[in-house]
Amino acid sequence: MTPLLRLTDVRKTFGGLVAVNALSFEIEAGAIVAMIGPNGAGKSTVFNLITGVYEPTSGAIDLDGRTICGLKTHAIAGLGIARTFQNIRLFAFMSALDNVMTGRHSRMRASLFDSLLHTPAQRGEEKRVRERARELLRFCGLEREADDYARNLSYGHQRRLEIARALASEPKLLLLDEPAAGMNPREKSDLIELIRRIRDSGVTVFLIEHDMHLVMNVSERITVLDHGEKIAEGLPEAVRNDERVIEAYLGRETPAG
Amino acid sequence: MDVFLQQLVNGLSLGGIYALIALGYTMVYGIIELINFAHGDVYTLGSFFALAVLTGLGVSGEVHGPALIGVVLVTVLAAMLCCGLTGVLIERLAYRRLRNAPRLAPLITAIGMSFILENVMQLWRGPSPVSFPSVIPNPIVHLGPIDIGAKQILVIVTAVVMMFALQLFIYRTRLGKAMRATAQDRDAAQLMGIDINTTIALTFLIGSALAGAAGFISGVYYGTTWFFNGFEAGLKAFTAAVLGGIGNIAGAMLGGFLIGLIEAMATQYIPQGAQWTNVVVFSVLVLVLIFRPSGLLGESLPEKV
Amino acid sequence: MKFGRERPFAVLPFLVLPLVPLLDRNNSHIDFLTNAGAFILLALGLNIVVGFAGLLDLGYAAFFAIGSYSYAMLASQQFGIHIPFWVMLFVASVIAAIFGILLGAPTLRLRGDYLAIVTLGFGEIVPQTFLNLTQYTNGPNGISPLDSPSLFGHSFGFSATPYYEVMLALIALAVLLATNLQSSRLGRAWMAIREDELAARHMGINTTTAKLAAFALGASFSGLAGVAYAAKLSLVSPDQFQFNVSVLVLSMLVLGGMGNIWGVIVGSFTLSFINGFLLPQSTNLAHSMHLNLDFTNYRFMLYGVILVAMMLFRPEGLIPSKQRRAEFREAKLDPALAAEEQGEYTLGPGPGAGTGG
Repeated sequence: MTPLLRLTDVRKTFGGLVAVNALSFEIEAGAIVAMIGPNGAGKSTVFNLITGVYEPTSGAIDLDGRTICGLKTHAIAGLGIARTFQNIRLFAFMSALDNVMTGRHSRMRASLFDSLLHTPAQRGEEKRVRERARELLRFCGLEREADDYARNLSYGHQRRLEIARALASEPKLLLLDEPAAGMNPREKSDLIELIRRIRDSGVTVFLIEHDMHLVMNVSERITVLDHGEKIAEGLPEAVRNDERVIEAYLGRETPAG
Repeated sequence: MDVFLQQLVNGLSLGGIYALIALGYTMVYGIIELINFAHGDVYTLGSFFALAVLTGLGVSGEVHGPALIGVVLVTVLAAMLCCGLTGVLIERLAYRRLRNAPRLAPLITAIGMSFILENVMQLWRGPSPVSFPSVIPNPIVHLGPIDIGAKQILVIVTAVVMMFALQLFIYRTRLGKAMRATAQDRDAAQLMGIDINTTIALTFLIGSALAGAAGFISGVYYGTTWFFNGFEAGLKAFTAAVLGGIGNIAGAMLGGFLIGLIEAMATQYIPQGAQWTNVVVFSVLVLVLIFRPSGLLGESLPEKV
Repeated sequence: MKFGRERPFAVLPFLVLPLVPLLDRNNSHIDFLTNAGAFILLALGLNIVVGFAGLLDLGYAAFFAIGSYSYAMLASQQFGIHIPFWVMLFVASVIAAIFGILLGAPTLRLRGDYLAIVTLGFGEIVPQTFLNLTQYTNGPNGISPLDSPSLFGHSFGFSATPYYEVMLALIALAVLLATNLQSSRLGRAWMAIREDELAARHMGINTTTAKLAAFALGASFSGLAGVAYAAKLSLVSPDQFQFNVSVLVLSMLVLGGMGNIWGVIVGSFTLSFINGFLLPQSTNLAHSMHLNLDFTNYRFMLYGVILVAMMLFRPEGLIPSKQRRAEFREAKLDPALAAEEQGEYTLGPGPGAGTGG
C-alpha cells in the first residue's frame, strides 16, 4: 500500500548551509506522527518543503504516490495538505468565521463571474460554506468567537482557529507546527483530545512539537531530526530510549515526562 | 564613433546629476525602507534656493576670477543647508509618526509631500521654466573628436567626490556607524544606545543636502529650472538607485551614470529617441525590478528560513 | 448578511438621482455631476485594486487613457471606424481589462512599494506612447470629434443630461459588482492576500490569478469611465491622463476610506466638488471682491495635504471600512505586530520570504 506521504532522500540547502540532508520517511494514512528535534534542526524547513514554500534541492516528495515537488503552494494545498504555523499566521483583521471560510477556498467552485454576479449557485455555496465553517468552529470549541477578529482571540484560541481554518479544506494530511506552544496544561490536554478527534474524523496528522509529554502521549510514530538529518525513527518508547536521541537532542538527561 | 564618444560624455554628465539625487534615495531607503517620493522635489527646491541666493548676491551671468570660488561655495552650501533642513522637516512632519504604520502609508504620505512641494514651488516661482545664471565659465576642451564642457567635467567630478566623501563618512565615522547599525536592525541599534530619531534625521539631512547640491549643479548646467523638474528627475534617479542596488552607495553612483548613458544613447540611436527616453528609462526600471530586484551591486539576500 | 440589510438604502440614491436633471435645469450643473460621476467610477475601480486587494497602483490613469483612446480610435473619423457607444462600453472595458492583466502581470512578484513604483512607470509610459504615436493618435492634438452616442435613434448631442443618466447607470452597475465581489470567494481571497500573502497561499488561493483578477476588474471599470468621459467630451488628448489624475483618484480613496464602497463614493464626490465647484467659485468670489487670488492654483496642494493629513491623522478615511480601520488603528498601537509585519516584508528579496522557524 502506498503511504500517504513519502519523502525520499530530500536535501535542501540555502547557499552553503545544509538545512535538510538525505531525509527519507513515510507517513501512513490515518496516523498521528510527530517530528522532534532541537531548535534549528530543520523541522519547519521540512514543513516548508512539503507545502511548496521551498523546493527541495534534490530528492522527492510524494503524496499518495504522486510527486508534489515543484508544485506551487496553493496547488499543494488543493491536493489536500493543510497546515498551521509556528508563529500564528491568521488573517488578523478578518473574523474567525471568515478565516475558516477562507480556509475553504480550494474546495469552492465559485468562478470570477459567480463572484461578480452572485449567481444562485454562488449563493448556495456561500451558505453551505458558512454552515460548514460554523461546524468546524464548534468542532474546535470556538463557536462563541465566530464574529471576533482573529487577532482579538486569546492565544490558545488563535492556535485552535488555525486548526479550524486548516481543516476547512478537508485535508488528507494536516501539518501542525508546534501547536502547543504557549499553551497552559489545561489547553494542552484539550489539544491532545482535539488532535485525536481530528484523526478519528479521517485526517492524518503530522506535528512538530517541543512538548515531550504531548508528543509521547499523542503520537504513534516519531521521527527525530538533528542538524537536518534523521537520527532516529520509531515508536515513542523506542525513540525515548534511543541513545543517539538522548545524546543529540536531550543531552544526558532522561526525557521529561 | 565620434558621435558615440560625444554621447558618452553627455550621458556621464547627465548621469552625474542623477547619481547625486540617487544617493539620497538610496540612503533613505537603506535606513527606513521608504521610497522618499518627495526627494526629487527637494532637488528642484535646491535649484530654487540656489537661484534665490544668486539673485541676492547680484549674480546674473558668468563669474570670473577668485569671486567665482566664493560665489559657488556660498551658493552650494546655502542650497545644501536649506535642502538638508527641508528634508529633516519633512521627515519630522510627515514620516516619523508612520514608522510603525502599515508599509504603504508613508509612501502615500511621501507622494502627498511631493505634490505639496511642487505646488509651493509653482506658487513661488510660477508655472513656467525660470532661467538660471550660468555662473561658471564653460570653456570647451577639445579631446580629439569630442568636445567636453568644463561644466560637464564639474558635474562628473562633483558626483564622484561626493560619493567618496559619503562612503568615508558612513564607514569611518561614529555617526556613519550609527546609520549602518540603524539600517540593519533598528531595535538592536536602539538597545545599543543609538538615538534612532537623530540618526534618521541625519540621513535625511545628508541625502537632501546632496539633492540641494545637485539642484545647483543642474541649474548651472542647463541654465534653467522648473518647478516640475523633480518629478521626472526623481523617478530616473530612483531607477538609478534600484539599478545599482538600493541601499548601496556605490550602486547609486553606478546606476546614476548608467541611466544617464542609457538616456543619452537612446536619444541618439532610437529613431525620434528624445520622445522615447522616458519610456526607455521606465522600462529599465521595470526590467530591473522584475529580473534583478537587488540591483547590480546589491547582494541578493538568501530567503529567510 | 450585512449587505442584505444595506441593500434597500443602496438602491435609494439610484432611484432619486436620475430625477435631478428634471429639478435642476442648469446644464453646467449636470455637466459637473457627470464629470464627477466619471471619477466615482474610476475611484470604484481603483478601490478594487488598492482597497480590496491591497495593491497600490499609482498608474491607474493609464487604464482611463486606454478606455478613452479605445473609443476615440474605434468610434470617430480617425480610422473611419464607427462602433456604437453601447458596444464600445463593453469592448473598451475588455481592452482595459486585458491591459490590466498585461501591465499587472510583471508586477506581481514585487513587494508593495516596488509594485507601486512600477505601476507609476506604466502610468507614465502609456500616455507617453499615445503622445508619441502621432500617426495614429494625432500626438498632442488628440483625437476629436468623437461619435456622439445615440439611443433609439436619438443622438445625445450637446446636452449633458443623457450622459449624466448613463454615468449613473454605470455607477449603479459598478456599485453592485463591487458589493458582490466583497462578499464572495474572490473578495475573501483578496482580503486574505492583503493580510498575509503566504498564509493565503496555504489556503489554496492562487495569489497570481487573484491579483490579476483585481487588476483586470479595476481596469475594466476605468475602461467604462474612459468611454463615457471621452464620448461626453468628444475629445481625447494625452494630457488628460497624467500622473496627477492617478494621484487624484488615489486621494479620493484615501479621503473617503479605502476598501469601503460608500466611503470611496463620498470621498470622490467631495474632491470633485471642491475641484470643480468650490475652488472656481471661491476664485470668482475673490475676483468680485477685487482680490487677485486664484484658488484653482492650489489644487495639487490640496491633493498633497489630503494624502499627508489623512495618513497621519485618519488613515482609515472619513467613512472607513471596519476592517481597514482596525488594521490602521490597532497596528499602530501594537509596535511589535507592526515591526513583525514590516520585518516580513523587508527581510526577503521577494514575497513570501519565510514562515519562521
